[in-house]
Amino acid sequence: MEKKFFERPIINKINAGIPDKFGMGNQLNPISTIDGVAVKDLIAEHGSPVFVLSEKTIQDIYQDAYQAFSTRYPKVQFAWSYKTNYIDAVCRTFHKLGSWAEVVSGFEYQKALENGVPGNQIIFNGPDKNEADLRLAIENASLIHIDHFDELYLIIRLADETNKRPKVAIRVNMDNGIYPQWDRFGFNYENGDAWNALNRIMLSKKLDLVGLHTHIGTYILAPFGYGNAAKVLADLAIGLDRKYNHKIKYIDMGGGFASKNTLKGAYLPGSDTCPSFDEYAEAITNALINSSIDPENMPVLFLETGRALIDDAGSLLGSVIGNKRLKDGRRATILDIGVNMLFTSFWYEHIVVPAQATSKYTEDTTLYGPLCMNIDVIRDAIQFPSMKIGDQVVVKRVGAYNMTQWMQFITYRPKVVLIDRKGKVHTIRNRENIDSIRSLEVVPDYLK
Amino acid sequence: MMKIKKNIAVSESGFVFDAGTGETYSLNPVGVEIVKLMNEGKNQEEISNYFLSNYEVSQGIFESAYFDFVSILNQYNLIER
Ligand SMILES: Cc1ncc(COP(=O)(O)O)c(C=O)c1O
Repeated sequence: MEKKFFERPIINKINAGIPDKFGMGNQLNPISTIDGVAVKDLIAEHGSPVFVLSEKTIQDIYQDAYQAFSTRYPKVQFAWSYKTNYIDAVCRTFHKLGSWAEVVSGFEYQKALENGVPGNQIIFNGPDKNEADLRLAIENASLIHIDHFDELYLIIRLADETNKRPKVAIRVNMDNGIYPQWDRFGFNYENGDAWNALNRIMLSKKLDLVGLHTHIGTYILAPFGYGNAAKVLADLAIGLDRKYNHKIKYIDMGGGFASKNTLKGAYLPGSDTCPSFDEYAEAITNALINSSIDPENMPVLFLETGRALIDDAGSLLGSVIGNKRLKDGRRATILDIGVNMLFTSFWYEHIVVPAQATSKYTEDTTLYGPLCMNIDVIRDAIQFPSMKIGDQVVVKRVGAYNMTQWMQFITYRPKVVLIDRKGKVHTIRNRENIDSIRSLEVVPDYLK
Repeated sequence: MMKIKKNIAVSESGFVFDAGTGETYSLNPVGVEIVKLMNEGKNQEEISNYFLSNYEVSQGIFESAYFDFVSILNQYNLIER
């Protein structure tokens, strides 16, 4: 007689109708391939854990976003937000699609140059630009977005010293109906600082005021906030035209569109609550088109979208290290994926699914990482099937911020691969090794 | 030898009702079978032998799954003491 397939015995408490924090026991569909490449082959070849990016998804989402804006507004330009994911192959993928570069440090600026972005297609944002950074940016005719008055005065001095006309914009913050209101970057609209800065720039006659910029926050679920912010920038543009007969060349609405990830504590999944690119585009372009900006001189609309363009294109593959029972009976599964490489697990309920067929019976489970730290929790509460040592999992939507904010802690940061349009897998960042870390260390002679 | 408490009804489909607390539970098919064997008065060794001869499973795997399962039954207070 043929023996039956053995599945671990499971008992689950039924909570009539009311989904608890573990969610309804809906079935998990395994993800066994990414763009046609088997997860088990990716892990066999590149190790576990490994980040996998999809060129196809990047392209599809970019086209979707570009179309949403370009069908509503005549002149649209995206600038890739380097901090979101500055692995060169990722940046180049965006540059190939037509994106400029948006950087916030000398390091990111250097990367953009070395990725072949012409200086005049680099937007330099943020509060941290030192004198050398600014000299280089002025030399290269990059677009410098001024954050505060000290920076403004420094740029005026450098304009004198270099005999060049720096191309500048100011970053503006305002009450746009979204809370929390980000007021620590740029010049405030309501208290008059924004006008104060614009007047100083115009009266100095030494700078080329080319644009107006805002970035109202990140993971913004309310498109109306963008509409309000665009109205404020349009209002400033109209004022500049009226007062100085000066027409700005662009309005930069920054980044901040939500991705489909689910925020911790959210009642509904992000895929249900996240506005579409069309909704954001509608709010922004309506505000600009319906303003009294001279229709013959509509500024170019810049967008610095980060997370919404890359989150879906990244997956993190990993393996089960072991299982245990916690004191309260909850099942715990330990993965080789820790919060050191999945920074976003601090604010997202990431979708984690098995990479192979599993039992259809799931249990309330906590997914832990491998670090010796209590905070190393990938999912606090998830309905998960039982997994054996070595079974593989896929964490979805991890393309944004993880490959830049990851920490080297206890072990090495994993490899990153990119699957191209044709299904070919390319290593785009190697796994760290002991030398990549030790090469920066210096042991003083007396300890040798 | 362990038994499921008397006031607990287990149906073939795996639905479990604890009349003492009003709580309900669901078992997967292997869970149903183990509970049935326990209620027939089988001890751990007998249950283990039954599984080893009828299922594709090693002794080690079965026992760790079995003890894990029993610890949850205990946790939910379903076992006669
Ligand atoms: C100035 C600026 N632009 C763009 C971005 C990208 O934002 P997001 O990833 O939310 O689209 C950021 C992120 O913090 C930013 O600070």
